[in-house]
Amino acid sequence: MKISRPDVEHVAMLARLELTEPEIEMFTEQLNSILEYAALLEQLNTDGVSPTAHVLPLHNVLREDVTQPSLEQERALMNAPDAENGFFRVPRIV
Amino acid sequence: MAWEDRYEMVCGVETHVELATKTKIFCGCSTEFGGEQNTHVCPVCLGMPGVLPVLNREVVHLAIKAGLALNCEIAAFSKFDRKNYYYPDLPKNYQTSQYDLPICGKGWVTIETEGGTKEIGITRAHMEEDAGKLVHSGETIMSSDESYVDYNRTGVPLLEIVSEPDMRSIPEVLAYLEQLVQILQYTEVSDCRLEQGSVRFDVNLSLRRQGAAGFGIRTETKNLNSFSSVRRCLEYETERQAQVLDDGGQVRQETRTWDEGKGITLALRTKEEAHDYRYFPEPDLVPLVIERAWVDKIRSTLPELPAQRLSRYRELGLSDYDAGVLVAAKPLADFFDRALAHFPQAKVLVNWVTGDFLRLLNANQHSIADSRISPEQFAELMGLIDQGVISGKIGKNVLEEMYLTGKDPSLIVKEKNLAQISDEGTLLGIVEEVLAANPRSVEDFRAGKEKAIGFLVGQVMKATKGQGNPGLVNRLLREKMT
Amino acid sequence: MDITAKTAVELHDLLVNKEVSAVELTRAFMERIRVVEEKVSAYVFVSEDLALKQAARVDERIAGGENLGPLEGIPMGLKDNLCTEGIKTTCASKMLQNFVPPFDATVTERLKKAGAVCLGKLNMDEFAMGSSTENSHLQPTRNPWDLDRVPGGSSGGPAAAVAADETVYSLGSDTGGSIRQPAAFCGVVGLKPTYGAVSRYGLIAYASSLDQIGPISKDVRDNALIMNCIAGYDAKDSTSVNYTRPDYTQFLVDDIKGLRVGIPREYLGEGTDPGVEEVIRKAVGILRDLGAQVDECSLPHTKYAIPAYYLIAPAECSSNLARYDGVGFGYRAEGGEDIVDMVSKTRAEGFGPEVKRRIMLGTYALTSGYYDAYYLKAQKVRTLIKGDFDRAFGEYDVLLSPAAPTPAFKFGEKSSDPLAMYLSDVCTVPVNLAGIPAITIPAGFAGVLPVGLHFMGKAFDEGTLYRVAYTFEQNTEFHKAKPDLGWR
Repeated sequence: MKISRPDVEHVAMLARLELTEPEIEMFTEQLNSILEYAALLEQLNTDGVSPTAHVLPLHNVLREDVTQPSLEQERALMNAPDAENGFFRVPRIV
Repeated sequence: MAWEDRYEMVCGVETHVELATKTKIFCGCSTEFGGEQNTHVCPVCLGMPGVLPVLNREVVHLAIKAGLALNCEIAAFSKFDRKNYYYPDLPKNYQTSQYDLPICGKGWVTIETEGGTKEIGITRAHMEEDAGKLVHSGETIMSSDESYVDYNRTGVPLLEIVSEPDMRSIPEVLAYLEQLVQILQYTEVSDCRLEQGSVRFDVNLSLRRQGAAGFGIRTETKNLNSFSSVRRCLEYETERQAQVLDDGGQVRQETRTWDEGKGITLALRTKEEAHDYRYFPEPDLVPLVIERAWVDKIRSTLPELPAQRLSRYRELGLSDYDAGVLVAAKPLADFFDRALAHFPQAKVLVNWVTGDFLRLLNANQHSIADSRISPEQFAELMGLIDQGVISGKIGKNVLEEMYLTGKDPSLIVKEKNLAQISDEGTLLGIVEEVLAANPRSVEDFRAGKEKAIGFLVGQVMKATKGQGNPGLVNRLLREKMT
Repeated sequence: MDITAKTAVELHDLLVNKEVSAVELTRAFMERIRVVEEKVSAYVFVSEDLALKQAARVDERIAGGENLGPLEGIPMGLKDNLCTEGIKTTCASKMLQNFVPPFDATVTERLKKAGAVCLGKLNMDEFAMGSSTENSHLQPTRNPWDLDRVPGGSSGGPAAAVAADETVYSLGSDTGGSIRQPAAFCGVVGLKPTYGAVSRYGLIAYASSLDQIGPISKDVRDNALIMNCIAGYDAKDSTSVNYTRPDYTQFLVDDIKGLRVGIPREYLGEGTDPGVEEVIRKAVGILRDLGAQVDECSLPHTKYAIPAYYLIAPAECSSNLARYDGVGFGYRAEGGEDIVDMVSKTRAEGFGPEVKRRIMLGTYALTSGYYDAYYLKAQKVRTLIKGDFDRAFGEYDVLLSPAAPTPAFKFGEKSSDPLAMYLSDVCTVPVNLAGIPAITIPAGFAGVLPVGLHFMGKAFDEGTLYRVAYTFEQNTEFHKAKPDLGWR
């Protein structure tokens, strides 16, 4: 087993997912089986191989510093689950 | 016993400075300060599903410019990465930043303190986006049941400048910050409006035994937004750490926050993880390849930097103090330079600029941009005094009038008939009247009391409403009494 | 033949000749949807009012004697991860069940400009994660050829709707095969363009470095026409390539004499269904008869593609989906005591199991201790896979494989075993890792189930793919076969 139950709980916390007991068990098992499969990559020698983050050879894609119209406040907030006085409202932070 | 006797402080500062662009780093929303909440936002900076960032060219330009002014190596290849963490002021819950390939590498800033000059190393500087603003329902974040989010600032371009832990005293830290801000203002990389939060400092501090070689355990106090906060924070935090060490304890490596009201630092309550930001290359942005020619072109536009200006002023014969006052306020120094082009007597000019002129500005709570006096008018005033058309004392009155009306000094002198009386005949009559009216002073003078002449000059000036040529009055008085 | 079975090219002629009006055409599709939808369930949302309005505008232009563009007045559907201003865009997720974008995706905007009539939004695996459309929060979509089977995924709705004549064409998205596998399962034509050919702006991201939007159509000619509309540079997408978009219809020539076709042996491995293998064998015969030179070749790193993909895609997804936190838009759970609690509950309730699984996997792969072993390693493998293709394209004009090792599978057959589901992407995933284009076209049947032929091409060489696909299509009848949905 590569991933332990506490690992799964830690990852769930980093990913902000409140998991149920059965989910923790299920993910522990499934992530292990997927990662065991991913261990196939270990067989491959990649010394000196550079990683590909982008398949395209593009660089320096830049925009001019010209102002574009913003959204009206009402449209900015129209999908907000909770808004008041032009602000997005959230529960206590600490 | 002061902690300095036992410990040496080791300090490095991360400075987040807002870049002076018109639009945000990845979208066309305005960066203007002070708009109504959530009106400088669009789907891109709100992180709505489906949106993509496009990098603002000016951000790269300003970052390179800052890097050159800070003597940094400019990367030939640079890229953006995602820094993943959850916070409600961050709409995407990741910050687009730079991790292992920042645009600016190692550099340095030279500072001057009473201990002499010193180089403070720059570790790196990188581009990133600012987060939004949280407004809490209660007085503090701790006492609030809910918070309100304004995303106007989200996506405002920042340059994070990381110093080496090279500073060993609070004056060194302050000198570094002042120098850094001056450089950024001189290069017009940033307005550095500290009162608007456009510069923020994170201070890393540790103490070590005097003479020790290694570093102690450090704390990081985040989000200080003025020099005085940095100073007070360091005063507090050095004492606190010294106390912990004196008590045989260990400083905890942690992030702290500064309570401006109470003047103390507090450990941030971490509900959870030691941060794991899970950086990875930003797939929605392509890398930057920075050609030498681009860098050279920007280098050629670099203005005179504060340190260069300071040494030029010293060569002009200005005192360290006067040169420092000018350089610290770039607009004032620019004003001085423009006036100097028309009136090349630096020492005389600086007294007027940093003296009466600055006093007028301060008294009216004006910045130099608000002043109605042009540097050319100022130089003309200096010329009138220098040529003896008006006395220095009258000059002060003319300056005030110029400040109020914006009129040329020669016009004011003419309109108010303020020109100095340098006609011998006119003055001689007044001198004789004054001598006749003050026989006692005349006797004193003749008895060798040199001071008495001052009184007599004053009387003549009074009679001429200050317009008598003081040199001439003095000579005439002496001639009449001997 | 019923009007809903026709291609865009055919319908364009009918509109121009005033044999049918755009409104009549739209109504015909609405009727078709009403009848067929209860069996297929391809749509998430049918935008009848908007479609009729758009159609009426086209009719006005026809009445005014205006020249009609090739897609003008032609009904189409959009996968529900493509943003439509003012129309809900849900990604088939509870998380976005009420999300109404205040902007259009670039492809939406371009289709609107071309006068396309939008019938509605099409079902998919939640956030495009899956290969069967069983992961839709709303409903599973059924394969029109066998209602007990999946339509494939994640663009199951777009593919099934085209196959069931519920739309003329549709747009899907493809991150690891999500256009091509469902197109193959449903017996229609699906293109995954070169990464950077079609703007991703307004495509709700799953894995940004792999996602591409592409057309699903009834034949190759329609497909090329749609690409003419949606492809090309867009300043809103930094990864959009500023290239001269060709007129893709110029490649529709019935001639592949001398075309060099490679068949990578790794794509026809152990797990390949015999029925699928048979179809491929026959297709090779047809291609040879048409003058193509077909040879076996090797892409040696193929077996590493799936593990590399299932590290890279979840890693990017874990970050792309972090924005669904109940603050700015989308679902918010009740009863969160503080922000962390609210966000964690929102995500627990708003996401389905497959999305959570990939977020967990991706988050893990990026954590500091494992980044090098998983994410970085996978990116290096990506370089090797791309290198395989570069070498092969030195010798071959296109590569050929099945679109999937099996035809459409039954509901529930793989949904309990994520890994088995992932392995079914074996033929399509390497293409996304390399960023190259690929097309699937109907090539025969395994029993009653369609089998797709999968051609892979060089970057920005969609033209050769269209040429070989068109030639195959012109000389076969497979694309004309229709599922029997008990209507007409």
